[in-house]
Amino acid sequence: MSLPTAPAPSLEVSGLAYAYPDGHQALFGVDLTVARGERVALLGPNGAGKTTLVLHLNGILDAGAGTVRVAGLPVEKKNLAEIRRRVGIVFQDPDDQLFMPTVREDVAFGPAAAGLRGPELERRVTTALERVGMAEYAARPPHHLSFGQRRRVAVATVLAMEPEILVLDEPSSNLDPASRRELADILRSLDVTVLMVTHDLPYALELCPRAVVLSDGVIAADDRTQDLLCDEALMREHRLELPFGFDPRSVSVPRP
Amino acid sequence: MHVPDGFIDAPVSAAAGVVAAGAVAVGLRGARRELDQRTAPLAGLVAAFIFAVQMLNFPVAAGTSGHLLGGALAAILVGPYTGVLCIAVVLLMQGILFADGGLTALGVNITVMGVVTTVVAYLLFRGLTRVLPRTRRSTTAAAFVAALVSVPAAALAFTLIYAIGGTTDVPLGKVLTAMVGVHVLIGIGEAAITALTVGAVIAVRPDLVHGARGTGAPLKLRIDGELVDAPAATPSPAPVAARSTRTVWAAGLAAALVLAGFVSFYASANPDGLEKVAADQGIDEKAQEHGAADSPLADYGVRNITDARLSGGLAGVIGVGATVVVGSGVFWAVRSRRTSEGSDARTTTGSV
Amino acid sequence: MGAGHAHRLYRHGTTPVHALPPHCKLAAVLCFVVAVVSTPREAVWAFALYAALLAGVAAVARISPGFLLKRLVIEVPFVAFALLMPFVVPGEQTELLGVSVSVPGLWGAWNVLAKGTLGVAASVLLASTTELRSLLLGLQRLRLPPLLVQIASFMIRYGDVIGDELRRMSIARRSRGFEARGVRHWGVLAKTAGALFIRSYERGERVHLAMVSRGYTGTMPVIDEVTATRTQWAHAAALPVLALVVCLLGWTV
Repeated sequence: MSLPTAPAPSLEVSGLAYAYPDGHQALFGVDLTVARGERVALLGPNGAGKTTLVLHLNGILDAGAGTVRVAGLPVEKKNLAEIRRRVGIVFQDPDDQLFMPTVREDVAFGPAAAGLRGPELERRVTTALERVGMAEYAARPPHHLSFGQRRRVAVATVLAMEPEILVLDEPSSNLDPASRRELADILRSLDVTVLMVTHDLPYALELCPRAVVLSDGVIAADDRTQDLLCDEALMREHRLELPFGFDPRSVSVPRP
Repeated sequence: MHVPDGFIDAPVSAAAGVVAAGAVAVGLRGARRELDQRTAPLAGLVAAFIFAVQMLNFPVAAGTSGHLLGGALAAILVGPYTGVLCIAVVLLMQGILFADGGLTALGVNITVMGVVTTVVAYLLFRGLTRVLPRTRRSTTAAAFVAALVSVPAAALAFTLIYAIGGTTDVPLGKVLTAMVGVHVLIGIGEAAITALTVGAVIAVRPDLVHGARGTGAPLKLRIDGELVDAPAATPSPAPVAARSTRTVWAAGLAAALVLAGFVSFYASANPDGLEKVAADQGIDEKAQEHGAADSPLADYGVRNITDARLSGGLAGVIGVGATVVVGSGVFWAVRSRRTSEGSDARTTTGSV
Repeated sequence: MGAGHAHRLYRHGTTPVHALPPHCKLAAVLCFVVAVVSTPREAVWAFALYAALLAGVAAVARISPGFLLKRLVIEVPFVAFALLMPFVVPGEQTELLGVSVSVPGLWGAWNVLAKGTLGVAASVLLASTTELRSLLLGLQRLRLPPLLVQIASFMIRYGDVIGDELRRMSIARRSRGFEARGVRHWGVLAKTAGALFIRSYERGERVHLAMVSRGYTGTMPVIDEVTATRTQWAHAAALPVLALVVCLLGWTV
């Protein structure tokens, strides 16, 4: 009887380096592996290259050196359609992402672009909207929704493609505390791999057992989130600061 | 300045519709050639910008304010093709969504306010920037002149359309002076706003100004500790259109000829507005002066449509029918071309 | 030019007119207006019939006459044009309320007023009974180039967003004590316009990135399509066919 092989890691970045067209180099050899089902927070100061790294994950930016693999599939021109189905990026401004006249059409855009039609498409849309709790808003235009609701629909637009890994860029920014909690509940309920770029350290602690720090274009630290946040020297070195009165030691984080 | 239904007679409205459709088709092709995949979102956002900025109040004095039309601005910022496209979309949506401008006058409105302003402004701008030294100041000056001329040019175009197909018989001289005169004033406002806005964009993101390509400071390289001018970058070759535009042009030209035939037949069957002007001008001098002095708006008169009513009517119906057939033919030709282009393998220089 | 005309006309309802497919309504209204414009102005009774037809449609669509009349205010500029005509057009003179006006001028004014007003009324009826999204789908069904419809769709989707940004920039400007009062302030206003353009363009680039991230390769996927049955076309055709009859009668009678 053969042992079942472990599934390929959702994300495998090795030796990734990138310089902008104007010459400024942003990434100097990033190594990062995220296993299936993990939730990882990507921390780091402004300008560290976090968004640049994220744009490599679905092939929007071409790596100057190094490779990116998503569930074993390398990010290359010939695989881009499948890569973009597997990697679901939720950008910071939901208005950039909700570009169709109604919520339904926005959520349907991804699967429809992949070729889905008819009742199959409808089912995907309804499932995705139900997972974020926005099913009854399907016929609404996006500007009739609150910011938190738009965030959730943006997540749904990506979930509809049934991705391998969900990449979120500052998911809790500009959300009021109730919306933050609602989003956290949704993310916890999903069984998809999550990579979360965030400045919101308590949010990272709440949702992600593991955290990596990107600083000066390389991964400077990779550890259990709570341990990382308790390492004051490390935090200071990379301009990471905890909110006033927040003591990571006092938080009981469920062990994965 | 949106023309309502009934100002311009049916055959000329139809002819203007064909011209507008042709211009939009050309704009679509040009925009796709320049922007490729990014055409829909970029042109859409620029159209939204134009729509929003048209509502910006530029106070003149004592409660009156001016507004931007945007044709010259669009042409300078995003180029003639995308510019025509954006203004046409704005006018189309204003007509259909907000009942601003007659549905049958869409052709006239798009031609006058969309095509003429944009094309005239772009040609002037391009010509001036070629002649003037390549600095930001000359770009703004060129923008000023281009916008200044574009507005009376549109008024002139409208007067021309009115001369051929106006349903009323106001003497042409009156129309011309009133329209062009007032619009020179409006043009000054438009020119100032356009030049200032172009200047504001160039100051922050000169790379976004289509008309200012190549006016940035040249890059320098550090070689052996010395600063040397970087060799001028070879522009990436524009992707060649898979199919030629010849058939589209031929169809448009044929349509224009067919309709011009009908229009001239119709026009020649009745006493010409221009002849009437020449005859009356001397006699009604005083009355006309009074009218021209008062109205800031164009005056319109009635052409004697008492003879050849039936032939006129028939020509109108046939003209409209022909427009619909030819118009959809042009659209169909462009559309089928595009779907086959879309299925061709795309060669892209990036991964986007 | 567009100042004050940005108020959406759509009025929600469940009447038979609201339920008609959008491309039927678009075609019907266009043909109706063509018929109106092709009618000779001397057939005054014809225009009364046209108005009655539109009133009938408005009644079925439960659009209140008050709403319709309020929207006709858009016409004011060319009503002013029309009123000048009797005084400016040369020709046979006559007396009206003690003032000397020309007969061709009166006919011209009538022509422009009648056709223009009917055109606006028909447009308003169309826009108030058809949702934005449906109108765009209808245009696409009527063979307008899909790319053009998409651009229109984005324009409408982001029209409010850009408008809001402009409003916020105006508020910020006024909060810093700047009140634009004359031509000398145009520089600042133009800087606002310039900044708005940059923001809009950059947003367009970001939207494109988001589209590409979800698999966009240059053509929009077809998600919805509108279809119409024969009966629906027949119902929509009622208006323009009746108008055509009136028009032909106007030429022959």
